[in-house]
Amino acid sequence: MRADRRLIDVLRDDLGSTGTKEGCSIGVCGACSVLVDGELLSACLLPAVFADGSVVVTVEGLAQGDELSPLQVAFIREGGFQCGICTPGQLIAATALLAEHRRPSDAEIREWMMGNLCRCTGYHGITRAIKAAAA
Amino acid sequence: MTYDYHEPETVAEALALLALHGEDAHLVAGATAFTLLWRQGLLRPGHVIGLRRIAALGGITSTEGGLVIGATVTHRAIERAVEVGRYCPALTRTFASVATVRVRNQATLGGNLAHADPAQDPPPMLIALGAEVVATSAAGERTIPVDELFVDVFTTSLRADEILTAVRCPALAPGTRATYLKFLPRTADDYATVSVAATLRLADDGHVADVRVALGACGPTPVRARSVEAALRGARPDARHIADAAARVDADIAPFDDVRGSATYKRDMARVWTERALTELVS
Repeated sequence: MRADRRLIDVLRDDLGSTGTKEGCSIGVCGACSVLVDGELLSACLLPAVFADGSVVVTVEGLAQGDELSPLQVAFIREGGFQCGICTPGQLIAATALLAEHRRPSDAEIREWMMGNLCRCTGYHGITRAIKAAAA
Repeated sequence: MTYDYHEPETVAEALALLALHGEDAHLVAGATAFTLLWRQGLLRPGHVIGLRRIAALGGITSTEGGLVIGATVTHRAIERAVEVGRYCPALTRTFASVATVRVRNQATLGGNLAHADPAQDPPPMLIALGAEVVATSAAGERTIPVDELFVDVFTTSLRADEILTAVRCPALAPGTRATYLKFLPRTADDYATVSVAATLRLADDGHVADVRVALGACGPTPVRARSVEAALRGARPDARHIADAAARVDADIAPFDDVRGSATYKRDMARVWTERALTELVS
């Protein structure tokens, strides 16, 4: 593999896992959020070689077969998305948040999710969904 | 175009690679900044030496009241380390205020310092704490005070044959208070328009026994505000003395116009936020 390929390139172009989106390409928007050995990272900033030997979880890995994760269900029920382009990143970031804080406060949700931008539906539905999934 | 990626497991192996490839080599740890600069074509090394597998560069150690942090420790690991919070809660808050969780999970302390972006958060706080970096070469180790590390935008006083291997934060005199304030008029994950770090200790008689102030985003490098320190050292820390001392910051900084504000605005904000930082430390 070329050393300058990023994790997002390998996920989308080599593996066809196009659930992870590339937005800003500079680590700001959060659309490419992935978990690498449980750590929340930007796939657009990470050299793919850094993930060698690691477990990478993308949005495709959240459901168990046909059964959506409680967080995914909550995003649907609470209207946590509109166009959907940021949603894979929102789900991954929120999954990492809930792994760290089982019952995050509103402030903790806002602080953690601050790096995942949504440009259409706003953040209230996303915050409600995370709280619902944590309840 | 790409580069050859090397992942040595010891500092000695990394130094050997650095000697072999010379100017054609670039060191990375988290590779956060490198990935951005590479993609913009601003860096074109033929060889990239990754330091992430070198065990000796990881880890945080408490030492007689001080702290040694390895160069490849991530911002997030520093933010979460009990030792760091025990040493200086403001240092924890400084690292916690950097960008987003994602960036903090990838970006390292050594990378942050070697990258030498003048708007980054850790440098002013480390300068205010009197920290120094350890630079290791084939000839051995030398230490560089953090306030002598930065030469210009993206430029440090590290030599081409050196690796920044650790940061040493000295034991703080009992009663030393510290703070880091970041003026963010746009978004919470932005670089600061100006930032101010300060440490201060009062003598038994209530006068300022010691004070160190450093600012970020106020010129081509993070900068120590020696005029402010000189005006306050030995003074009674009342509102008038603090305001007078903070106004001296104008002589210490050289901000430029950018999207986060004009140079004139940053000069005004540097004074305001320096005054706020010092006020917080004496209240």
